[in-house]
Amino acid sequence: MIKLNAKWASYPYIIWMILFTILPLLLVVYFAFTDGNGAFTLDNVKQSALYIPTLANSVYLAAIATVICLVLAYPFAFIMSRLTFSKQKMMSMLVMLPMWMNFLLRTYAWQAILEDNGVINTMLTAIGLPAAKLINTSGAVVLGMVYNYIPFMILPLYSIMTKIDKSVLEASSDLGAGFFATFRRVVLPLSLPGIISGVTMVFVPAVSTFVISGMLGGSGNYLIGDLIEVQFLGNSYDLNAGSATSLMLMVVVLITMAIFNRFETEDSEEALV
Amino acid sequence: MKKILSVFLCALLVLSVCSMTVLADGEDAYALDAEYYSKFKGQNLKLYVYNWGEYIADGADGSRDVIAWFEELTGIDVEYTTFDTNEGLYSKLQSGSAYYDIVIPSDYMISRLAEQGMLEKLDLGNIPNFAKYVDEAFRNPDYDENQEYSVPYTWGTVGIIYNTKYIESVDSWEVLWNEDYAGKILMFDNSRDSFAIALKSLGYSLNSENADEITEAAELLKTQKPLVQAYVMDQIFDKMVEENAWIAPYYAGDYLTMSEDNEDLAFAFPKEGTNRFVDAMCIPKGCVNKEAAEMFINFMCEPAVSAENCGMIGYSTPISAAKDLMDAEMVENPIAYPSEDVLANMETFVNLPDEVNQQLDILWISVSVGSLTTGFWVVISVSAVGITAYCLYHMSVKKKRAAMRADKSL
Amino acid sequence: MTQKKNKVLSGVYVALLMLFLYLPILVLIVFSFNSSKGYSWTGFSLKWYIDLFSNELILNSLKNTLIVALFASVFATLIGALAAIGVFSMQNKFAKNAIQNVTNLPLLMPEIVMGISMMLLFAFLNMSGFVPLIIAHISFCVPSVFLSVLPKLRQINKNMYEAALDLGCNPFQAFYKVVLPEIMPGVITGFLMAITYSLDDFVVSYFTAGNVQTLSITIYSMVKKRVSPEINALSTIMFVIVLLVLLVTNIRSIQKENAKQKKMMKL
Repeated sequence: MIKLNAKWASYPYIIWMILFTILPLLLVVYFAFTDGNGAFTLDNVKQSALYIPTLANSVYLAAIATVICLVLAYPFAFIMSRLTFSKQKMMSMLVMLPMWMNFLLRTYAWQAILEDNGVINTMLTAIGLPAAKLINTSGAVVLGMVYNYIPFMILPLYSIMTKIDKSVLEASSDLGAGFFATFRRVVLPLSLPGIISGVTMVFVPAVSTFVISGMLGGSGNYLIGDLIEVQFLGNSYDLNAGSATSLMLMVVVLITMAIFNRFETEDSEEALV
Repeated sequence: MKKILSVFLCALLVLSVCSMTVLADGEDAYALDAEYYSKFKGQNLKLYVYNWGEYIADGADGSRDVIAWFEELTGIDVEYTTFDTNEGLYSKLQSGSAYYDIVIPSDYMISRLAEQGMLEKLDLGNIPNFAKYVDEAFRNPDYDENQEYSVPYTWGTVGIIYNTKYIESVDSWEVLWNEDYAGKILMFDNSRDSFAIALKSLGYSLNSENADEITEAAELLKTQKPLVQAYVMDQIFDKMVEENAWIAPYYAGDYLTMSEDNEDLAFAFPKEGTNRFVDAMCIPKGCVNKEAAEMFINFMCEPAVSAENCGMIGYSTPISAAKDLMDAEMVENPIAYPSEDVLANMETFVNLPDEVNQQLDILWISVSVGSLTTGFWVVISVSAVGITAYCLYHMSVKKKRAAMRADKSL
Repeated sequence: MTQKKNKVLSGVYVALLMLFLYLPILVLIVFSFNSSKGYSWTGFSLKWYIDLFSNELILNSLKNTLIVALFASVFATLIGALAAIGVFSMQNKFAKNAIQNVTNLPLLMPEIVMGISMMLLFAFLNMSGFVPLIIAHISFCVPSVFLSVLPKLRQINKNMYEAALDLGCNPFQAFYKVVLPEIMPGVITGFLMAITYSLDDFVVSYFTAGNVQTLSITIYSMVKKRVSPEINALSTIMFVIVLLVLLVTNIRSIQKENAKQKKMMKL
């Protein structure tokens, strides 16, 4: 590696991150533990503890969506990584392209597809089948999450899988490993870093969404993101209660990610042994 | 045959000339004062207007775009954005993240904003149309007794919109709790309107400050929740018109707009009574171009402008003169302008004390949060058991390996 | 035989997933040509494409979105690229680690928390208008620029840089002639990522935009009532433009790559 002498170049960044990332987060903590007059209180935190079931529900739906994303994306990314170079480029472009259409509009289109009188149900009734209850269910929310975030699972998996050399797979099968053995002992451990970043990039936005649940979930799927949105902008600008709920969400996300990361690093160490 | 046709044509011609003169007369009587409106020309002023969604004549459906009209007339640029609940507007103003020159909240929110010192006092001298056109009944209202902070924009009522294809007739809020319509019911997505319905169907005042009554109303809303398809505001337009939902409480004016797109929709005033509201224009504290903002308010009080607005959005105008310029059909519509008997059964919101507002906020969240299904708990407990089992297995394998390694190294 | 079967199977799988990804987009595009509002087909029309150009709200939001995206991505690229260089030249391991962790923060933090935390800050500082919105966008764009430039610095050939110094370049010239060209691809990727994030962002903008109406905020307020099909028309246009740009650049680079491979083969 070369040696540069330009430490100063990072100062604007450091100042920026302190001012506009760390300081705001400290403000969240400050407001979570104070009341309207700035005096210390635990009331907000106690209040937000009432909403643990909502948080649990969000974690639950986001976890399901993440698992589905992983299951769907994994073979896809693997197939992609085995294509010729030009086809790979084409495919990764096709995966990224939908992200250029505003995600609110895409979710709105799902609404039109899933509605009681929407595209799917119109087709079903046209061929004489009974209409299905699709929208305003937790299934619809999970579908919305999977749809919106699956590119974030595919891309990291794909980029890590391109690094798995064909010869390694061949060596494995030459040494007598079957399909599942090769998968478990070679592909899976080598793709772990991709799984970790994919899961992070899907789970974190999914657990905190308020748009998808609002548009596809109906009355029965109120998530933690909806709650935070209402506490800030829906009721009476209750920034103390809202901050406490956000703090709770933040802590849970960080803990989940920390646990997950630990599990995975342990596994990958073992794989190398 | 030819003769009949020509007579008919003549009659048509005469008629149209007549109507034109009537129109011209009407417009003359309510002509805009060009001099007054030219005061800020060439100064490149900009006004930020914050209004309800779907709440102004914007040029759609043959109406005249009144914002463009104002810009052309005065040379003032207007930046127009929308909100969907009074509470949302309140939060936005409280947070201080946005600057507005004109906001259009409802009655109770105006007194709340005024009490908290968040509104500028208006100079009615700069709003000559107030004295000239606004109906006596809308002056010095309860929410702004001294007429210091607001000038009425529109008024209206809340009722039940339903689809006659699926529901025969409606006369009570009870229908919103009818299990036959489970999953086809929509409900307001804001605390005050939802609680008003629950309180009214329990026979209480919609301004109740009694904690027990409010709690009872919250319980009633919770029992309704499983039947509700979604809590929405203006999404109701699409959902009702496309018949994805059959029944919804909403504002009368919006019903009139919706019924143009779906003729099966009907509207009812529930017998338990309902809410009558006024939405009025105010200037938030800190407004820079107050006089220009007052000019905008004055413009909105022009009968011709109010007629455009109310003709398009279906809400009722507080300016009787505007009715002369509107379709007779609209003016005579008992849903837009109900009779005194019907109005007598209605209540207007007033601002509640802070503690009550806080109680409402918390209870409203608890209604929205709801309870979790048993399926959820089953899955959670199964996965908890699964994870623990995996961890245990993991640990035992690790121990074994460590032991093996120890063996080897020996 | 199984190979062939596998190939067919994987082809079907890829096709199905692509269908899933593009189904809503197809619906949007189809209905941008619908002659009436709403999602029931009433006939083909180009009405919404014509109306689009007289819809001031949408055009204004598009303008605001582009302004914010441009400022945010340029500043984010500057700050991020400089930061990568600065951090790269740091010797202190602890400081390096701390910066890496802070960089990961916006990526790990739920967007809604980022949004409300900045809203609190701007309320605290009493700021409104374009500036806070641009600041917020820079904040979530910077880390991606930083992370795409840093690896490029690590890959620079030590000999080249030293040779430049030996041949009489001062450090600044050596940086300009050797380092900059090497990290440029990273800078460009970072810039493109920043502009994409900024254009597509909704959650952070929703909490920090005040009364600046960006495209996603306009769309959100439409989604909450009735989406006017002009926005479908605009999205279709934007989508087609991006598609064309990507196609052209990709085909070019693929052609280049193929040519390279051919040359290699010949050698």
